[in-house]
Amino acid sequence: MPNIDENKEGIKGMANPTRYGIERFAYLLMRLSGLGLLVYFVVHIYETSMILQGKVGWDEFLEITQTTEGHIILALVIGMSVFHTVNGIRVMLGHGGIGVGKPARPDYPYPAQSQNAKHKISIYSAIVLAAIAMMYGIGVMFGD
Amino acid sequence: MAAESLQISNEESGTIVSSTKTITLRIARSNPKKNTEQKFDEFKIPYQKWTTVLDAILEVKKHLDHSVAVRYSCRQASCGSCGMKINGRPALACFTKITELNSDVVTVEPMNNFPIIRDLVVGFERMFSNHKKIKPYIINEESEINPGTKEFLQTPEDVEKYIQFSNCIKCGLCNSACPTMATDSSFVGPQALAQAYRYVADNRDKGKDERLKIIDDSHGIFRCHFAGSCSQVCPKGVDPAMGIQLLRGYLLGFRD
Ligand code: HEM
Ligand code: SF4
Ligand code: FES
Repeated sequence: MPNIDENKEGIKGMANPTRYGIERFAYLLMRLSGLGLLVYFVVHIYETSMILQGKVGWDEFLEITQTTEGHIILALVIGMSVFHTVNGIRVMLGHGGIGVGKPARPDYPYPAQSQNAKHKISIYSAIVLAAIAMMYGIGVMFGD
Repeated sequence: MAAESLQISNEESGTIVSSTKTITLRIARSNPKKNTEQKFDEFKIPYQKWTTVLDAILEVKKHLDHSVAVRYSCRQASCGSCGMKINGRPALACFTKITELNSDVVTVEPMNNFPIIRDLVVGFERMFSNHKKIKPYIINEESEINPGTKEFLQTPEDVEKYIQFSNCIKCGLCNSACPTMATDSSFVGPQALAQAYRYVADNRDKGKDERLKIIDDSHGIFRCHFAGSCSQVCPKGVDPAMGIQLLRGYLLGFRD
């Protein structure tokens, strides 16, 4: 149903990563990883505050992280941290106008210079590095 | 519908008159003045290698249903009137060939993030007012309009710095693709921000500080997350995302 007012695409459209290339996918991953890290950060403060319960409380809480679910969550946190950091550096430089291309007389078919290979390679690298870090983490956590 | 009547009758002469290739054109119909419903009407349309989506819509208007509301003028990607969502992605109907869509079904809908007037036509009031807000003209006391002042000379290099951004035809595709615009109708938008940069980058202009102040607003340039979708859909090579980041470079102190 069209919203007569502005016919805005809404959150569903904002979060749809399928139509505008890897850059839009990176935008979504940046949001999700940022929010995921924020949640982890809050939980992490709570978790470490258990030290105030003395050694027993601390050990009890650590038990929870030593489960399969705990390991999977930590593996995701590792992946989110790595992607968010590497992509965050790309985004910060981009926001400052660095590496976004040089204005020039456009020529058909008008490839957008800001959507250049440097950025695409950075995004793919961020994803690959995140995957490697996750695999390493999984290896450490699940490997006896 | 009367799709059969569109088939060109077989001629005796044996010359091939037309291909028999057809697509199903699905046109979103709505009239917010009457009610909030949107429905899709389907038409079988023959097409050639060169048939554009606009041609197909006009074929419908000519032969099948003339009540379809569509706005167009130049038919050559110059006027910025015919922007719409074609198979889910904003594009100019006159600049998109049926063949390049690689689909038997072509769905056209009004662009998102603009109010619908009727069917495929959307209102540009807000975009135009945002465009005006960033002062889209050269600000310079020594205007060449004043008698007795000199011409402003520019080298080709000076022109290169802004010419790309001056290609904007105000079609609104960028605003329609923008993920910030999808949820924030107060956002100034990639169209206006790219134009702010167009004037800031012009060495005849002295309005940089004024414009930076205007866009450094709670719904201004910092709502841009450099998702780049504006640049992916811009039909004129404006590359709004580049202009916006270069502009933000001034505000963040990366450039001066
Ligand atoms: C070296 C570490 C980090 C870097 C380089 C970094 C960089 C960035 C950048 C550049 C953005 C803006 C993205 C955009 O404009 O779309 C961002 C957003 C965000 N970051 Fe980080 N960040 C880091 C660590 C963290 C941590 C540890 C947290 C959580 C506690 C976090 C949470 C967020 C959140 C919630 C957002 C907002 C997401 C959005 O609105 O799309 N970041 N980060
Ligand atoms: S920047 Fe490009 S997409 Fe946006 S209004 Fe101008 S021509 Fe259209
Ligand atoms: S009709 Fe003018 S841009 Fe398409």
